[in-house]
This record gives sequence, C-alpha cells and structure tokens, in this order.
Amino acid sequence: MFWQMVKGALVRQSNRFMLIALTVALGVSLASAMLNVMFDVGDKVNRELKAYGANITVTPKNAALLRDVYGLTNSSAREFLNESDLGKIKTIFWTNNIVAFAPTLDGNLILKDGSELPALGTWFEHTMTLPTGETFSTGEIEMKSWWQIEGAYPVEGKSEALIGSKLAIEKNIHVGDVLELNNGDRLTISGVLTSGGDEDQALLTDLAVMQKALNVPGKIASIDISAITTPENDLARKAAANPDMLSQQEREIWYCTAYVSAIAYQIEEVIGNSSARPVRQIAESEGKILDKTQLLMLLITVLSLMSAALGVSNLVSANIMERSRELGLLKAIGATNLGVILLILTEIFIAGCIGGVVGYFAGLGLAQVIGSTVFGAGIANNVVVIPIVSVLMVTVLLVGSVPAIRMLLQLEPASVLHGR
Amino acid sequence: MALLELKDVSMIYNGKVRALDHINLTVEKGDWLAIMGPSGSGKTTLMNIIGCMDHATEGAITLDGISLMDVDDEKLTTIRREKIGMVFQQFHLVPYLTAVENVMVAQYYHSLPDVEEAMTALKRVGLEDRASHLPSQLSGGEQQRVCIARALINYPVLILADEPMGNLDEANQNLVMKIFHELHDEGHTIITVTHSPEVGREAGRCVVLEHGRIKEPTTPT
Ligand SMILES: Nc1ncnc2c1ncn2[C@@H]1O[C@H](COP(=O)(O)OP(=O)(O)OP(=O)(O)O)[C@@H](O)[C@H]1O
Ligand SMILES: [Mg+2]
Repeated sequence: MFWQMVKGALVRQSNRFMLIALTVALGVSLASAMLNVMFDVGDKVNRELKAYGANITVTPKNAALLRDVYGLTNSSAREFLNESDLGKIKTIFWTNNIVAFAPTLDGNLILKDGSELPALGTWFEHTMTLPTGETFSTGEIEMKSWWQIEGAYPVEGKSEALIGSKLAIEKNIHVGDVLELNNGDRLTISGVLTSGGDEDQALLTDLAVMQKALNVPGKIASIDISAITTPENDLARKAAANPDMLSQQEREIWYCTAYVSAIAYQIEEVIGNSSARPVRQIAESEGKILDKTQLLMLLITVLSLMSAALGVSNLVSANIMERSRELGLLKAIGATNLGVILLILTEIFIAGCIGGVVGYFAGLGLAQVIGSTVFGAGIANNVVVIPIVSVLMVTVLLVGSVPAIRMLLQLEPASVLHGR
Repeated sequence: MALLELKDVSMIYNGKVRALDHINLTVEKGDWLAIMGPSGSGKTTLMNIIGCMDHATEGAITLDGISLMDVDDEKLTTIRREKIGMVFQQFHLVPYLTAVENVMVAQYYHSLPDVEEAMTALKRVGLEDRASHLPSQLSGGEQQRVCIARALINYPVLILADEPMGNLDEANQNLVMKIFHELHDEGHTIITVTHSPEVGREAGRCVVLEHGRIKEPTTPT
C-alpha cells in the first residue's frame, strides 16, 4: 500500500515532482561536471602550462659549476652529456610526470664561404625506444607550443633547418634557401622561427647534423625537460637546499612526491655527471595556478549544491503546503507523523534520484563541453564522482526537506480538514 | 456503561473563544444522535473532540471505557484509528488514489490493506463498479459514499459524520440517508451533525447546540 501511494503520487501528479527533479538535475549536473573537470584538470592545466617551456634543465656538472661560480659560459675544455643517456629520464620513479624533453647542442656552424652562423642542434620530433622497451615521442614541437613557424618544421633526417626570424633578416635568408656547410652538408631552410627568445638569433637543425659539424658524435650540451610537478612546500624547499639535510622519513616523503626538486634529483641519479636544475619560477607558479583552478571548481560545486538545496527546500515546502489537506487527512485516518514523513521523503527521494541520474549524465556532457572549450581536450569520466555526487545529493535532499518536515509535524488534522 | 460520556466539557480556542461551554452528553451503544444548531455554535468542535482529533480544554470524556483527557497526541491517534470512523464536512479523499485505494489507505494505517474487504465496503455503498476511478472522476455524492465506505472499513465502535449531506443533492442525500439507516439498524453507533430538521427527526435522538451550550435535549416525537 505504501508503494501504491508513492506510485500514485509520483505518476498521477508527476508535474508536482518535475521541478524538484529538475532542480536536483541542475545541481547534480553542475557538481558532477565540476568534479570531473577538477579531477582531470591537473593534467590539462599542466599540459597547458607546459607552453611556458621546460621546468628542468640538465647540464654537465662542471659546466653548471663554472657558470654558477664564475658566470662563464664558454670554456675551452667543454663538457658534454651523452645522448645515449636520454632514455634513462623515462626510468625514474616519476616517469609518468615527464611529459616531454629535448636535447640541445649549441655551437657555430661554418659555411662554405667561411662565415659562421650561431646554431642549435635539437630534436624537433623524435621517436625513441626507451630502456624499458616502450617507444616515446618527444621533441621541441611538443614542448614549445608557442613557437611560430613560417613555413614548416624540419623533418628529421632530411637535412633541413629553421632560421631564427632576426637572423633571417640579418643574413637575408629565406624559406627554401640552401646553406652549404664547409663539411659538405647542405641544409634546406624549411621555415622561419619566431620564438621571442634567443632562438630568434640562431639556426636550428637536427641534433645529428650539429654533432657531425662540431665533430662530437653522441654528445649533447643540455636537456630541457617538461615535467608535471606538485607545488613546493617547506619540505621541498628544505630538500632543494640540500637533500642530505633531511631525516630518513622526510627524505622518503620528499622522494616519493612529485616536487620539482625531487624529480630533478632523480634525474641526476640516472644521468651520470649531470646537474639538473629546476627553472624554479615556472615550476612553482604551475602548481599554484593548478591549486587555484581546483579551488575555484570546488567553490562552484559547493555553491551549485547549496543553491540546489535552497531550491529543493522551497519546492518541497510548497509541495507540502499544497497537499496539507491530503496529508492532514492521512493523519486523521490514523497515519503517524513518522508515517507521513516517510511517505513524503520517499516521494522526494525518488524524484530526486531520477533528477540525479539525468543530471549526472548531463554533467558528463557539460564536462566535455568545458574540456573542449577551455582546454581543447576531452575530460576523462572519473567513476569516483558517482559516490561523491550521490552522497552530496542525498545531503541536499535531506537538508532541503528539513523545513518541510517541520511543517508536517505542526500540521493539525483538525485544522486543515476544516479549512482553517 | 455508556459508550460515550462527556462531563462538563469545555473547549476554549486561543484562551478566549469559548467554542464549547460545559457540555454534558451521554451516548449509548446503538444510538443514533443528531447534533443541530446554527453555524458557529460548536458542532464541528464537538465532533473533533469526540473523534479524538483534538483535546478538550477542560472536563472529562470517556470513549469505550478509555478517558480521552489524559492521553497524548500519539495515543489519541491510536484511539482514533481503532475506534472511530469519520465522515468529514467536506469530502476528503486522496486525489491521486482510486476509490478502492482510498478505502485501503485507512486499512493500511489501521492494520493490513485487503482489496477484497475494501471492495465489499464499496459494494455496501453501491460503488463497486467505480472502484478504480479517481476522486476527480466521481460525483460529489459518489465521493461522499467512498468516504462512508472508508469510515466503515475498520469496524469502528462509533461513526461520526459532520454534515454528510451538506453538499449533496436530494437524490444523493436520500442514498446516504438510506445507508445511515441501514448502519443504525445493524446496531452501529452513529453521531451526525446536520442542519436539516428532517435528518434530525430520522435519528433517534437530537441535541441542539447554541453558543457552545446544549440548548435542550429533545426527543423528536
Ligand atoms: N481552530 C480554531 N481556532 C479558533 N477558533 C475556532 C477554531 N475552530 C473553531 N473556532 C471557533 O469556534 C466556534 C465554533 O466553531 P465550529 O466550527 O465548531 O462551528 P460549527 O457549529 O461547526 O459551524 P458550521 O455549521 O458553520 O460548520 C466558532 O466561533 C469558530 O470561530
Ligand atoms: Mg462545522
């Protein structure tokens, strides 16, 4: 009989519950969209922020020392890193946080006519086999998303090069020109690069071309790495100063957290005789922006649920008021307060759950819309959102029903039945 | 012992409106009592108190051996459920339940819903073929008969009807009247409020209220 009554109310007077379901649907859709985006946004924002370039630079140990102490950049006895060590970067504990990297080798290229051009050898787009056997594609194209190219990126192995926009004007070099080196290699200019940085004054070509011209096979001068990191805290700062100062326990926590200093430390561990330095400012602001973005989403979630609770409480109160005669009648023919409250709550919960399910799926759609408009990428649907949203929805419905329950308790059958 | 006994019962609303003023009344098992009086004289108030819908302010009331004065609201609900069958001044039905479901609701809150029994009650008021209709699909007279069926369903010791024919046309009034006659003949105890002297005459006994007092107990000739 209980279910017969619930069914009767819901089916034969469905319009009364439509708005409740709709309000819940609205709140739930916003909440689930925001939560889904929030859980996925770490990745998205970081990839987005990667646009600001590398956050870790690896150089040979002594070169870093000389630079730090004397401010020297050019030493006659130049030290290098080994190209063959690059794959080891993807073997560290935080390997999944390493988004991209690119080796660089700088120097002057001597042309056939004897003139010199400042140049940089690197990977534009390079696929490598990692020590683990997996393949990994990386390079400058992935890391430097803000680079503007007039023409095209060089294709690896085709003896092509990019010319920095300033150098191009200075030397009057254009796309399609061919530069002949004194070692016989010929480089075709595939594009003009505007980066806003030092690269505008240089010629950029394949790492291999550069190694051959400088006669340093298998050597590189530095590595730029883009990694997803956790915001720094006191522990991270202490560790960055000197990892040996940490207690055993602190050290473990630090090592197993994706602080930029911990990642840099782990890179030094795998690449012999190297110095990995965080480009600190960028690394820190990335974490902060991420925190703030997530806080904003959380705030929107809470606010949307609060407004849903307010809406539900209004609608439920109105519902009870409209039905006061009928509910008074139920009391008059013997229903207890508890019985009537149970009946009303069941009806509201069913309506709410229908709204919740609809809202959840609408929220998934909304998350995709947010993903594609804001981040230009899809948002992963996190199943964790379902229990969280369910708990939140039940809370919203319960909180929203409190005023109505109080009204129900005060409902006097004698008064309502006689129209007073 | 009398089924219902009121001694010096008064009802004062909000501390000032004296709706009932020292009422003394005894109803024996099997009686059919009509309560009459002008509008505002306290008829509904009296019915509410007898029907365990409200507490009297002062006095003593016993129904079927139970004192109604010193019980709380919850106990009052239980007594109402067990002992009273009520037909209200306006027909009150749950709008989204069918006729038979409306009768079953009373069973549900009393003990166990039973379709067969509910159908029998509907048959008794001549509505077995309208059992699956919603109140909005029934005429006023039919709705009132559903209310009577509902009032009867739990075998109450006392049937209360507050102007059961107030909003009905002549034909329906006669039908309802006939049902009450049958119930009385079967030995049911009935109290009806009415404006019509005719109905008052049909009942065995009649009391007239005025300003919350019983004017004179009259036995129609
Ligand atoms: N809940 C209440 N609060 C205050 N006053 C009330 C309340 N219920 C009834 N009264 C007052 O008590 C008096 C008796 O009212 P009651 O409803 O019993 O009259 P009645 O005889 O049933 O009238 P009618 O024939 O119009 O139905 C009236 O003056 C009414 O205003
Ligand atoms: Mg009345």
